[in-house]
Amino acid sequence: METDFTPFASLLGGALIGLSAIVLLAAHGRIAGISGIVSRILPPSVDKAGLPQGIIFLIGLLLAAPLWVLVTGAAPVQLVSNNGPLLLIAGLLVGFGSVMGNGCTSGHGVCGISRRSARSLAATMTFMATAFVTVFVLRHVVGG
Amino acid sequence: MHIFSTLFAGLLFGTGLILSGMANPAKVQNFLDLFGTWDPSLAFVMGGAIMVTMPGFWLVQKRATPLFHDVFHLPTRTDFDTRLVVGAATFGIGWGLGGFCPGPALTSLPLAASGTLLFVPAMLVGMMIAKYTAAPLPKTLVT
Repeated sequence: METDFTPFASLLGGALIGLSAIVLLAAHGRIAGISGIVSRILPPSVDKAGLPQGIIFLIGLLLAAPLWVLVTGAAPVQLVSNNGPLLLIAGLLVGFGSVMGNGCTSGHGVCGISRRSARSLAATMTFMATAFVTVFVLRHVVGG
Repeated sequence: MHIFSTLFAGLLFGTGLILSGMANPAKVQNFLDLFGTWDPSLAFVMGGAIMVTMPGFWLVQKRATPLFHDVFHLPTRTDFDTRLVVGAATFGIGWGLGGFCPGPALTSLPLAASGTLLFVPAMLVGMMIAKYTAAPLPKTLVT
């Protein structure tokens, strides 16, 4: 499916994500890495000190879509594949990989690069590369 | 106040993901589809975020401490290891397959698309498996 090019909405949305990362760092001295925030409150070795803040952040995240519907009167535009096995495998790889690699799009891609971390830049280039190759194979080799 | 700031940060993050199009897996996969229905929007998401975060982080870190805590919890590692590269590569494959990364997947949970309801539990299981198997790997790549 084709999607519209939305430079302004995407730039503004990105700025909001950046602002959120600044709030979290300024208030709590924490990096807004979603995989880190989520995995720290999962077993084993639950981070008990960070547990309340992690849960509150996630509640805020989960409230965004309902609030969006309330304010705009329409659900956000979204097309999710209904290929169950594919999404199960994708979810496992995303969860496993982001924890093993210590970060995802937010922690490495936004916060890490903003801190000019060489580790994050390397991680971001790596996951971008495998994601581009994966979509190429998925759409033009397997599904072509 | 410190609870409100965390809640606000989460809400802001989720709203940014929705507004930017990151919460739409079709848009993510189109960004990754250079040789098909390419949609460059997502480069603007990352650009917009970094344009705000880079100067913002610099300003914040001029303070000795965060507002509600004694210390900044910042990553200190600077080395490259197998786990970083293999983990990021694995994450990228899953991101390409599903079009979801952790933030957008969780933000999409209340919209209850059937794919999201499968992806999120699988992601949480994947995270727990990674934590259980966190024993250090050898420094050289195992093939």
